[in-house]
Amino acid sequence: MMSGRAIATSRRLLKNRLFLYGCLAGTSIAILVLCVLMISIAIEGWSSVSWHFLDSFASRKPAQAGIKAPLMGSVWVCVICALVAIPMGIGTAIYLEEFAKHSRIKRLIQLNISNLSGVPSIVYGILALAAFVRFFGISSSDDHWSIGDSESFFYLHFPFGPSVLAGGLTLALVILPIMIIASQEAFRSVPQSLRQGALALGSTQWQVIWRVSLPAALPTIMTGAILAMSRAIGEAAPLLVIGGFLLVFHTPTNLMSDFTVLPLQIFNWAGRPQGEFHKLAAAAILVQLVVLLVFNSAAIILRHKLQKPLQS
Amino acid sequence: MIAVAARNAADIAERGTPCSLRMRAWFEGSIKALLWSLTCFTVVTTAAIISVLAYETYGFFTIQNHPEVSVWSFFVGTEWSPLLGAQPMFGVLPLVAGTLLVTTIAGIVALPIGLMTAVYLSEYAPARRRTVLKAVLEILAGVPTVVYGFFALTFITPYLLQPLSNSFGAYNAMSAGIAVGIMILPIVCSLCEDALRAVPQSLRDGAYALGSTKFDVSAKVVVPAGLSGVIAAFLLALTRAIGETMIVALAAGGLAQLTANPTAQVQTMTAYMVQIFLGDAPAAGIEYKSSYAVAFTLFLITFFLTWIGALVLRRYREEYE
Repeated sequence: MMSGRAIATSRRLLKNRLFLYGCLAGTSIAILVLCVLMISIAIEGWSSVSWHFLDSFASRKPAQAGIKAPLMGSVWVCVICALVAIPMGIGTAIYLEEFAKHSRIKRLIQLNISNLSGVPSIVYGILALAAFVRFFGISSSDDHWSIGDSESFFYLHFPFGPSVLAGGLTLALVILPIMIIASQEAFRSVPQSLRQGALALGSTQWQVIWRVSLPAALPTIMTGAILAMSRAIGEAAPLLVIGGFLLVFHTPTNLMSDFTVLPLQIFNWAGRPQGEFHKLAAAAILVQLVVLLVFNSAAIILRHKLQKPLQS
Repeated sequence: MIAVAARNAADIAERGTPCSLRMRAWFEGSIKALLWSLTCFTVVTTAAIISVLAYETYGFFTIQNHPEVSVWSFFVGTEWSPLLGAQPMFGVLPLVAGTLLVTTIAGIVALPIGLMTAVYLSEYAPARRRTVLKAVLEILAGVPTVVYGFFALTFITPYLLQPLSNSFGAYNAMSAGIAVGIMILPIVCSLCEDALRAVPQSLRDGAYALGSTKFDVSAKVVVPAGLSGVIAAFLLALTRAIGETMIVALAAGGLAQLTANPTAQVQTMTAYMVQIFLGDAPAAGIEYKSSYAVAFTLFLITFFLTWIGALVLRRYREEYE
């Protein structure tokens, strides 16, 4: 005969155990989903991945189609995006964390940045369409002025039109808030004592930032940058709005080239009813996921290497 | 890292500066100005988004020869058929309802699982397993959304939903909702986990000392203490779900209808914008302009939600020191 208290205890322990199982189940769902996703796509797409697939252009005939144009387009767009968004993100973070005094204005800017990170990417596409592709309609596309001609590698025309440059800038808009927030966290985690040490030795504020804070924060910033870039690589909606072309038969040669990117090509193929194109989409996804895994492992390795805490 | 920073500090002390103090002040000032202008750029971005959307939306509502378009009928109209029939109808509610349906399904899928996983990660998991799980979640977070859309279309609908009931068509709100749920799961997890780990250890120790089980500590101490963070995480994740585009464009269908039936196909606000920008409508036509009004609605909804999230975090944060 168990006492009431013993029953209550065993009930509590039972509840405790059930809760653990619940948590475990929730966790395993996440892993299970990842496995099912990878396996189902690998099964569908594996047979289509070949050198020919990587090295040929889109085609109406599924057997001849490839992803050369979107692959190179993704590379161009992402490089431009990284060149713009990473320095701008770090710069903004430096100002907010090292220069700005605590004030109402700083709070508002901070709130604005977190709001920007919640804006749907397709809305950035609309902004970019107005700002980069059309320059707010200031000059119509007929009488644009340009530098160089369409053959030269430095060719530029204004407005940019749906070009690689416009695409890269669009993605930069999308990931800039993420980049800023990640860099800010990195600067915040640099111990104040390092800065004070440098200041005590007579260095100016910028010297402290350039030679002490930035080197100390850089590994964390780079991890954030890699994760932000992996977001940029997968982004399709804003590029679709600015008119990233769905069928392109050449690789970009200068900043004004037409382009398409891998996610857009995947979207194009996945949206078609024929099963053969679904196979191609799955194959393109495999390529995309491999790139993504490389990025993620780089981030993980970076973090592991540099996990030694700064505070002694 | 310490070594680098310390060496730099010493380096500064040794060499001093080659340039005059006045030059140095000028240099510092100009760098500060440059960084300040970068910071202003974020404000300019917000202003530009709002002005572009407001300008184009104004253009939509004041367009000539379309008396059926008014602000009132746009926001309360229950029929959205801009491309069909002789008399196009612009009532945004079916698009909003489609978005809400998909977001609700995503929330039902992702919020409980995400919170459970976060509790497991912060309260139960040993360090090593935690690292592995975090990596898995990070990979899930990086998977492009178009991949989830493809997954919904080619796996969730034919292999999970259609065997359950044959009322599911090739496009349906359920598969899109589940896929969006999978997409926001890592966001829910990692933000909730941050919130839970920020709860000070002393609270847990106190509860254990009173004889609590792990369940008691997690459910009655840690989660309530981190509640503001958890709610903010939920709101942020739902904002992402509302703004998600490629999944719904692929899997939810293209028929705007006012329904709560998850087996039906629905069109969301974002999916409508994709349809228009992909070139189904002539540029400068009224359908084209209508997409800006839809975008403005979407922007206002997400802006409102993020703002509420920030408010919850600030107002209801429990400070422990």
